Formats: sequence, C-alpha cells, structure tokens
Amino acid sequence: MGWQWFYRLGSPRWFYEKTDAWVPWLALLSIVLLLAGAVWGLGFAPQDSKQGNSYRIIYIHVPASFLALAGYYTMAISGAIGLIWKMKLADMVMKCAAPIGAVLTFIALVTGAIWGKPTWGTWWVWDARITSMLLLLFLYLGVIALQEAFQHQQTANKASAILALVGTVNIPIIYKSVDWWYTLHQPATLKFTGESPIDSSMLYPLLTMIVGFYVFFALVLLMRTRTEILQRERKTRWVKALAEGKAP
Amino acid sequence: MIDLSFQFESFSEFMLMAGHGPYVWACYLITATALIYLACAPLLKRRALFAELKRQARIENYELKKREQNITEDSQ
Repeated sequence: MGWQWFYRLGSPRWFYEKTDAWVPWLALLSIVLLLAGAVWGLGFAPQDSKQGNSYRIIYIHVPASFLALAGYYTMAISGAIGLIWKMKLADMVMKCAAPIGAVLTFIALVTGAIWGKPTWGTWWVWDARITSMLLLLFLYLGVIALQEAFQHQQTANKASAILALVGTVNIPIIYKSVDWWYTLHQPATLKFTGESPIDSSMLYPLLTMIVGFYVFFALVLLMRTRTEILQRERKTRWVKALAEGKAP
Repeated sequence: MIDLSFQFESFSEFMLMAGHGPYVWACYLITATALIYLACAPLLKRRALFAELKRQARIENYELKKREQNITEDSQ
C-alpha cells in the first residue's frame, strides 16, 4: 500500500477501469442534490427582506462562483503535478478542468449580471470582484487556447500549466476583493470562520446547491478525463476492443 | 425549526415572483442549459470516437480479407 495508488495513476487505463463504476453514482447524487436544492431555493426558502425574490439567484450564483474557483485550483494543481512528475493523467485533468471552469465562471458572471439589474439597477459595473472574475474567465480561455495552439501535446501542457500557475495570483484577489475594495458587490454570504450572515432557512438550500455543484463538477471532470483517455489511447488494443463493445 | 411551506399563493405568483420572475427564471434556465451541455459533451465525444474506431476496424478487416483473397488467388 502506501504510495502505490499514486504510481498507478501513471496508467490511464488503470484509472479508466477503476472509475467505471463511479460515474452513475456521481450522476445520481448530483441530479438529486441539484434538483432538491433548486426546488427548495426557488419555492420553499423564505423571501429576502431587502431584495425580495431576486435573491433566489444566490442558489446558483454562489455555488457556480465557488466551483469556478475550485475548478481553477484543480487545474493549477494538476498542472503543477504534470510539470513536476510528468504524469500523463494530471495533464489530462488540467486540460479537462479548463472548459468546465470556464462555463462555471460564465454562469457566475451572467447570473451576477442578471441579479444586478433588479438589485443595483445595472447589468455591469467594473467592480473589483466582477473584474477579477472576468480575468478568471480569460485565464481559463487562455489555457484552452494554449492547449489548441501547439502541435505537440507536451509543449501545450507545459505552456498551459505555467499560465495556470501564474494565474493563481488572481485567486486571493477574487476572495479579498469584496473586503479590500468595498464597492457594489455585497460581502461574502458564507464564512468559514465565525457566524455567516444568513438565516438557516436560506443557508440549508444554499449548502445543498453547493454540495450538488461540487459533485456535478467531479462528475463532469471525471467524464471528460475518461473521454480524453480514450482519445489519447485510441491506437491501443484495449480502447479498440471497448469501441467494439468487447471486454478488453 | 425551519419553515418548509411553499412560499407562493399560486403557480402564477410563483412564476411572477412579484416582478422578479423573469430575472430569476432566466438565471435558472441559462444555468440548466449550461450544465446539461457540460454533461452531454463528453458523452457525445466518446460516441463519435467509438463510431470512428469501429469504422476503422471495419476497413482494416476488409483490407485484410482482400489481401488474403489475393494471396490465395495468386497461388492458384
């Protein structure tokens, strides 16, 4: 035991076969959590005393923003592992995390803009939080573009891993932006230390949605990585056997 | 104890959300579409890859058979 699992991760085929049974469970769990959280947040959580019903957007805006950042950690850390240990699987995870993170950042920005209209009276302001989130979207798009820009996969991986690592400088800025520049964006709803300024009748559906988004992210990242493995190992016998429906 | 009753008088009020309905529902609709896209994209890609690999296998099989046929014809 010990570190054996880490070395085994060097074999994409081992990973593919190992994770086969996980996909349906993750899918089921994320569907249940996301549906329950959405119904709860839309219909059963009480109205906000200041914002009325528009605050119900929080149940997707905050989880999507959380995962936009968690996706960036995933991408940067697996990029670093790929750079240091030359692990193929880590490079694939980095590549696959980028488009998911980009979509989640896009959701956070769009829902934020739509929420801003009835609340602030404007779709967009160059507020620190919003601008740093837009920068996050560009960092994701940069990694996606770099993946496409090189003929050799290894060069592409190296370049995108370095961009992802340099871009982590943006992460603490996003976190702290609402405290450093107190402009239009409201301060954090959830705090890891101390009391969160939200009632439990609104907090529980929010937590359900956050966990749901995490599980969904894990599911989609796993599915993308598995497809990427098949794509890269397409010349091997086990993938060809899989394509023809035969057990390898 | 958390109040778990439905917060709206009727379905139409639920849709309207006191004027905030269009904003709220637009957000949920956009998010649902994006998440469904994320879930479907890898499945579609895998299906296309498997179809391509199957096609390649058929071509290889066909060429292999033809070559075998040619060899037997040559030897006759």
